[in-house]
Amino acid sequence: MTLTSDIVREKLTEKFGDSLTEWAQPHGILTFCVPRDMNLKVLSFLYDDESLAFRFLTDLTAVHYPDRAGEELCVVYHLHNLVANRRLRMKLYAPVTQPDVYTATRIFSSANWMERETYDFYGVHFIGHPNLKRVLNVDEMDYFPLRKEFPLEDQTRIDKDDEMFGRG
Amino acid sequence: MRCSAGDKTPGASPPNHDMSETNHIKLPEGSIGRTTTTLNLGPTHPATHGVFQNILELDGERIVKAEATVGYIHRAFEKIAERRPLYQITTLTDRLNYCSAPINNMGWHLTCEKLLRIHTPKRVDYLRVIVMELARITDHLICTSIVGVDAGAFTGFLYVMQFRELVYEIYEEICGARLTTNMGRIGGFERDFPPAAWEKLERFLKEYPKAQKELETLLVRNRIFYERTRGSGAISAERALNYGFTGPNLRAAGVDYDVRVHEPYCSYGDFDFRIPVGTTGDNYDRFMVRTEEIWQSLSIIEQAYRKIQDMNGPDASVYHAEVPEYYLPQKSEVYTKMEALIWHFKIVMGEVDIPAGEVYLAVEGGNGELGFYLISDGGRSPYRLHFRRPCFIYYQAYEEIVQGSMLSDAVITMSSLNLIAGEMDA
Repeated sequence: MTLTSDIVREKLTEKFGDSLTEWAQPHGILTFCVPRDMNLKVLSFLYDDESLAFRFLTDLTAVHYPDRAGEELCVVYHLHNLVANRRLRMKLYAPVTQPDVYTATRIFSSANWMERETYDFYGVHFIGHPNLKRVLNVDEMDYFPLRKEFPLEDQTRIDKDDEMFGRG
Repeated sequence: MRCSAGDKTPGASPPNHDMSETNHIKLPEGSIGRTTTTLNLGPTHPATHGVFQNILELDGERIVKAEATVGYIHRAFEKIAERRPLYQITTLTDRLNYCSAPINNMGWHLTCEKLLRIHTPKRVDYLRVIVMELARITDHLICTSIVGVDAGAFTGFLYVMQFRELVYEIYEEICGARLTTNMGRIGGFERDFPPAAWEKLERFLKEYPKAQKELETLLVRNRIFYERTRGSGAISAERALNYGFTGPNLRAAGVDYDVRVHEPYCSYGDFDFRIPVGTTGDNYDRFMVRTEEIWQSLSIIEQAYRKIQDMNGPDASVYHAEVPEYYLPQKSEVYTKMEALIWHFKIVMGEVDIPAGEVYLAVEGGNGELGFYLISDGGRSPYRLHFRRPCFIYYQAYEEIVQGSMLSDAVITMSSLNLIAGEMDA
């Protein structure tokens, strides 16, 4: 039996009821949203269930939506069932003032650096992470650079001494 | 390499005859009683082949603990991409895995095409396959020959290196650049492959197998190489999957996952090729999987070339899809045709909005699943772009793999994993 999006959705709804929301299938990948405190429950169910068996964490990242009050940060998990060859996208929203999310490192070793990267750029605080510190930026950095409030340099600025590069 | 605190006499107290001298030497706290050595392998060490660091805790020559540090060439591509129109992001992807830049370029253009729902003609797909497989060969030949170099065999590296040069010349004929290629357009290529590119491709297909065979004769059944690589740097299939391994490193552990087969993009389904898998996931298996993949890539290129030669009619000359709103027109047309000038202006000035949407596309890069996660809110540049860099994800397993192994094995493990700093740091 092939594992279709309908079966995945049915199984998840059967187990977790209405707590899973925002079902969609943009460009072929089934996407849904979990409450912030339920991410581990859903991830372990997806991992342990024999017919679902989403046992490969492809990607973990975050997106910042400054306009969504109270749920500014969106953490996105891309999961993959390699046997049935089906992908799944799971999202959760966290407030930027207290972005606490349970770590997935107990289930996926690969989540270690991916969560560190997400922390590094968005400040998502992964509770229970064994080594939550910056991975790509310098340790002394005191802000989270991929959040939208940090704009890139204004390309038309003229106050900068840039003679070395022929633009001064 | 820098050594520190190498005192091998546990518990020895400093001689007490000259107080002034002991006062002025300041050793770190607890360093006198230590029996291990801390060694910084990297960030700029010949054995790291790139800018990243391993802090190794050594007991003699055996590694007790390893800690990997990355981020030395982080360039904030994901942030920069949030202000750039689609074509300006292609140049960012070049600089991820610079050993196989065209795969990144094609992967990015395929992602855009998926979001924009553009269908490319078969000939474009085949041309892309040729370029991507050439890139895979250059990526793998660097990795396999560097494993030889790190084991002490420099010669094989030079045998194959001259053919990387030939492949770079082919790139040059196609797009004008060699290393950071910025090749292709959304919907196809900027121009058809010139005859010189085909000539060089034929020469490559004819002459490269000989050099590859020479490299294999040198290493595959070489006793020294065998002893150095067999059993070292091994990882089980289960751990590899849990660590998010993809590509040749995962296949060496025995899992036959290949994006080209699982989710055929760019008409990979039209080709007949095998996925080599290993059993133990050690350095030798990784080397052998990459070696066999080079042969499979050569076969794919030959098949694609034949398919292109067999085409006739208008199909035989098409090199891009008809999408004037995204395909940057030829310069000669921009100068002579009104429509082309308008489209050129609109594309370059970012007047064409990208439809809103969320897309994840993966291609089989040189090191594994290279994913592009693109969220567009309908503006001229992505709202969010995330690169799934295979290197970054599997390098975290390095600490576990080398624990308990010898220092020299750790160096070979690093090169057989094919760590590319540009891809790790993004």
